[in-house]
Amino acid sequence: MKLLPFTDHAVIENSSVLVLANDADPLQASLEGVTRIDLHFPKFTDGRAFSQAFLLRRRRGFEGEIRATGDVLADQLAQMERSGFDVAVLRADQDMATAQRVLAAYPGYGVGKYQGDAVDVQPHFKDSKEGATA
Amino acid sequence: MYQYTEFDRQFVKARASQYRDQLTRWQAGHLAEDDFRPLRLQNGWYVQRYAPMLRVAVPYGELSSAQVRVLAKIAREYDQPNAALFNDAQAAQDKLGPVNLKSGLSVASKLTAGYAHFTTRQNIQYNWIPLDKSADVMDLLASVNMHGIQTSGNCIRNITSDERAGIAVDEIADPRPFGEILRQWSTLHPEFAFLPRKFKIAISGAKEDRAATAWHDVGLHLIRNAEGELGFKVLVGGGMGRTPIIASVIREFLPWHQIMNYIEAIVRVYNRYGRRDNMYKARIKILVKAEGQRYIDDVEAEYRQIMEHDGGPHTITQAELDRVTASFVPPTLQCDRKSADAKIANILRAAAEDDIEFGRWLKQNVAPHQNPDLRAVTLSFKRLGQAPGDATADQLDVAADLADRFSAGEVRVTHDQNLLLPWVRCDELPELWRAARKSGFARPNIRLLTDMIACPGGDFCSLANARSIPIAEAITERYQDMDELHDLGEIDLHISGCINSCGHHHSGHIGILGVDKDGKEWYQVTLGGSDGSTLSGTPVPGKVVGPSFSAAEVPEVIEAVLDTYRSQREAGETFISTLRRVGMDPFKEAAKGARFAATAVAA
Repeated sequence: MKLLPFTDHAVIENSSVLVLANDADPLQASLEGVTRIDLHFPKFTDGRAFSQAFLLRRRRGFEGEIRATGDVLADQLAQMERSGFDVAVLRADQDMATAQRVLAAYPGYGVGKYQGDAVDVQPHFKDSKEGATA
Repeated sequence: MYQYTEFDRQFVKARASQYRDQLTRWQAGHLAEDDFRPLRLQNGWYVQRYAPMLRVAVPYGELSSAQVRVLAKIAREYDQPNAALFNDAQAAQDKLGPVNLKSGLSVASKLTAGYAHFTTRQNIQYNWIPLDKSADVMDLLASVNMHGIQTSGNCIRNITSDERAGIAVDEIADPRPFGEILRQWSTLHPEFAFLPRKFKIAISGAKEDRAATAWHDVGLHLIRNAEGELGFKVLVGGGMGRTPIIASVIREFLPWHQIMNYIEAIVRVYNRYGRRDNMYKARIKILVKAEGQRYIDDVEAEYRQIMEHDGGPHTITQAELDRVTASFVPPTLQCDRKSADAKIANILRAAAEDDIEFGRWLKQNVAPHQNPDLRAVTLSFKRLGQAPGDATADQLDVAADLADRFSAGEVRVTHDQNLLLPWVRCDELPELWRAARKSGFARPNIRLLTDMIACPGGDFCSLANARSIPIAEAITERYQDMDELHDLGEIDLHISGCINSCGHHHSGHIGILGVDKDGKEWYQVTLGGSDGSTLSGTPVPGKVVGPSFSAAEVPEVIEAVLDTYRSQREAGETFISTLRRVGMDPFKEAAKGARFAATAVAA
């Protein structure tokens, strides 16, 4: 996942960038010619954009960039990535080095993840040998 | 019990070290309080009235004796506030004043430390662990495969089940393997960590619902269809709080292997459309109530997409069910039934006192088992001088010893805040009874009035409007006579210190709810609630009995209500049946008559 400092995020207004409101339906949005979708976290505890990203990736098959904007903090980056985001614009006060370290240290990456997500569709019990051998 | 794989073990350890890093950043001022709060909540750390509270997850209530010993160690060594904090807290509670009873007795708040508390959701809480020790406690828990993952916060919480799961005589299928598979699926689910509000799932695999499933965000019943295939009846949108709602059936039958795909649809639709503007309207019950069929249609449409478009990634394979089920193989135990009968008869013939006590214990605390050689025995933690569900470090150690000696090293935390030994040989009942009696766990009051549910209330909780524990204590004090308790029979008395309903007052045959009036503690009494068990009947919230009562009036009201029951009942009729037959009015009148002027006892 690519992390951008707040200052590197440019709000582009053209047809290739779709800015999708937090309460918009990603299943209805027109994606023609769109190469980047900006999703928004008004507060990091508002988890609607996780489902939006999941639906854009898995249901709509969108392969362009999905960018997390708004209240984007180090400790939610892994969840964003797993839900289908590939770029995150850190909130202005977030330290880039800490964010990178925290993302890399996510338990689901070091050890593995129980459930499937937007990136690895299959849950742990299907892609590991445990289900077959134990 | 489920046996952790190396993967499961490493996962819990990694989670503990992730938490330590978050705590360290918060302590260093690199993580703001508001940004840290949801992180610690999702590890079970919830800051209360005086100190942080830790809620430890006990998946479907099962614990090994080794885990209980670590829980005891945490109680003994970590549930210890410093003297200044403890004294300040006690002084603040003293200011609330004692509850002066009409009898002349006075019940005051008496804070204690060094113990654990069993919750109605089969979890375990501590009240005094300092936050700077929290990462050490998480490491200690991880050493026995335990954690506080998703025991608080707006996420999928620890999944509860029937205390008799896997041993109940009326069981259709063991819910524990599904509980475990769902636990794994919900653990750190990336999409569902910040739902509009908390999300609670309960699973029952038996004919009788002993898990209050209709009161949950999602309630699951294992059933067999006409073809004999196993599946789930799925309920959604139940809950207590300000707006008590009984869950609706969203699916009459769902094949067992589709349960995760289906719940994913339920939660995804909720995550998108659940209200986030008002936390009191954010639970899924409000969405289901507001949208009705439209919500159901959305879930079914999403489920079809998950199955048809996404390929149903979380379809449970037979291999996975078999792998998990293999962990729940019952211990091989046998019982010499002849010698059991002889021993039991011997005690029943012995001293008159033993005769009554043991007989009552067999009736109330001992339940039948799928294996006719075995019994399920409940250790009662409901006693005078100890808050309902509290267990000291020493008591936990004794319970662990009893589990090793009599129950294949396993105990269960019950919804009613006791511990259950699931694997007791019938010929060892007399020995267990003596050992439990010696430790104070053999009080034969299970399912009786004093086996009440109560939340920690205004003695610990920052949300509470009133104290629960002194009310529980006053009622326990009044009903010490075992003859009287047994004569009153099985009654669900549930006490909550506020409308958040952690003490499940809505589902009590008698419910007591703490309310705040002009900064003073008052209590609403409700009658006729049901959790959905056979005794209680169709799940329903209780009805309020007039305006609220003072703390001192509450025990009088309970007594008046119970006296009404005694005068109205027919032979063999339970409290709840009598109430349903004769209606609320005589009980209401009696409760009204129990009011008295506070000045009458102030002197």
